[in-house]
Amino acid sequence: MGSVSPGFTGRRRGGKDLPPGQYLTHDFPVLSAGPTPHILPEHWEFTVTTETGGVSRWDWAAFMALPSEDITKDLHCVTRWSKLGTDWRGVSLDTLLADVETGADYAMAHSYGGYTTNLPLEDLVDGQAWVAYEYDGEPLHPEHGGPARLLVPHLYLWKSAKWVRGLVLSDTEDLGFWETAGYHEYGDPWKEQRYAGD
Amino acid sequence: MTADEPTYLDGNAAAGAMREVFAVDITAATGQCAGCGDRGAFAEARLYVDAPGMVARCRRCDDVMVRVVSTPDSTYLDFRGLTYLRIRTPTT
Repeated sequence: MGSVSPGFTGRRRGGKDLPPGQYLTHDFPVLSAGPTPHILPEHWEFTVTTETGGVSRWDWAAFMALPSEDITKDLHCVTRWSKLGTDWRGVSLDTLLADVETGADYAMAHSYGGYTTNLPLEDLVDGQAWVAYEYDGEPLHPEHGGPARLLVPHLYLWKSAKWVRGLVLSDTEDLGFWETAGYHEYGDPWKEQRYAGD
Repeated sequence: MTADEPTYLDGNAAAGAMREVFAVDITAATGQCAGCGDRGAFAEARLYVDAPGMVARCRRCDDVMVRVVSTPDSTYLDFRGLTYLRIRTPTT
């Protein structure tokens, strides 16, 4: 899943690239549970808080000084649209968590505007997750989560928190904004884990 | 009443009242935001529907007042963001 090999960039994708119950879209629909926060980069910061209360903090300049990666991934929204081969640039969570000492199993992503979503920490490492700040070669627009959003493309898109401002690590699994209102605690699109109990 | 008798009823006892409540037009109800205390008609709340569920936010402070998620077999209602919801009942 995800990257499009250079020799096949013109190939029409769909079918086996789509998880069950999804349809292909070429737009980039904007979903939001509230007003769009407009956070200037100079006012933005990202923190990782461990289960013992230790805090690692990056302002925009420190964040931009970290090594970044080009990322091409498929997106799957729980509202049933999928968008294939999307291009991003961002900082791997492996980089952000490299010097964080933790034995936690879970993370809660927090966003500007109050949104939260929970993820197992093991889903944020090993090249599976990023804090993305460019989409299609342009600075990430606020309506898509700019200045920076979480990108965890192997899970439904509600896990890729827009306007992310930090992670809080924990030994216990707490539930986030949609997960406390009936959505699945994990959200694997290939297992169609849309709702609690799926 | 003896000391061992519970002073509460089980949830089934609420069925009749709840049916009446949810049969009404909620938009005609008034409520108070638990965040800032603003009181107003529910119809004046800011409703976000381009999302995995429906979210009603306070017109004044933008706090979440109500969340509604419909799944294939259930509806989840979260009214934590309201201090109260006032629904006028017909007078006889």
